[in-house]
Amino acid sequence: MNHRFWVLPALVLAAGTACAQAETITVTVDKMAFSPARVEARVGDTIEWVNKDAFAHTATVKGGWEVMLPVKKSGSVTVDKAGTIDYFCRFHPNMKGTIDVTP
Amino acid sequence: MHFRPLAATAALCLLFAAPLAHAADKPTDPQIAHIAYTAGALDVEVAKLAIAKSQNKDVVGFANDMVRDHEAVNVQALDLVKKLNVTPQDNATSKALTDEIAAEKAKLEKLDGAAFDKAYVDNEVAYHKQVNEALKTVLIPSAENAELKSLLETGLKIFEGHQQHAEMVAAGLK
Repeated sequence: MNHRFWVLPALVLAAGTACAQAETITVTVDKMAFSPARVEARVGDTIEWVNKDAFAHTATVKGGWEVMLPVKKSGSVTVDKAGTIDYFCRFHPNMKGTIDVTP
Repeated sequence: MHFRPLAATAALCLLFAAPLAHAADKPTDPQIAHIAYTAGALDVEVAKLAIAKSQNKDVVGFANDMVRDHEAVNVQALDLVKKLNVTPQDNATSKALTDEIAAEKAKLEKLDGAAFDKAYVDNEVAYHKQVNEALKTVLIPSAENAELKSLLETGLKIFEGHQQHAEMVAAGLK
């Protein structure tokens, strides 16, 4: 087996990861909903919630972090590992969202 | 079930009964606005009692959330009725809600500690559940004005959230 065939893609992947700029992904909170309810992110990206409601909300991960989202304010979190993150609003647990984090 | 919220039950029976008995007697927009505002204001009153009496962090936190959200909804409701030039109209459902919440508060005032916390939170679960039923089955379908209907729909989502939040707090008390 010739090593070049798998070393090359690995290098491309490594270079791609190194070059990728961390991005900020915006989730709007309006009329009692996270929109979009599901976002994709890469490790190192920041999720920013912009609360347009007249009500305070949170983005809370059960047993994990919590971002407070006061009325007409924003809050953010940087995702540091791959996986699926389900979050909800602690004040209104019927508001739910998901972040799919890829490496 | 000592502290079943007669408040919501009795008052909302009126809401359910009315459209069944007299299909033409659905509440008018000024009445709907009054009922919605009253339901929120009453929940704020009970929440303030909980903030004053409870020692439980989750219960006080929940009560603070109720004050904040219901006051915010009611500010929007007042802005809307002003904009629409509608005068909220008192009615039998609002009166019954007010009387029954007064009775509920009197009961809660006699309780302390864990008994108070449980009674308050159980009442909140049931109160929101029944207000939500009234919103879904009577108030929202009866509302004529699109903006009022939209505010009630937002209110329903908030109060469904409160119901779930109350259920989580109740589960934590056991």
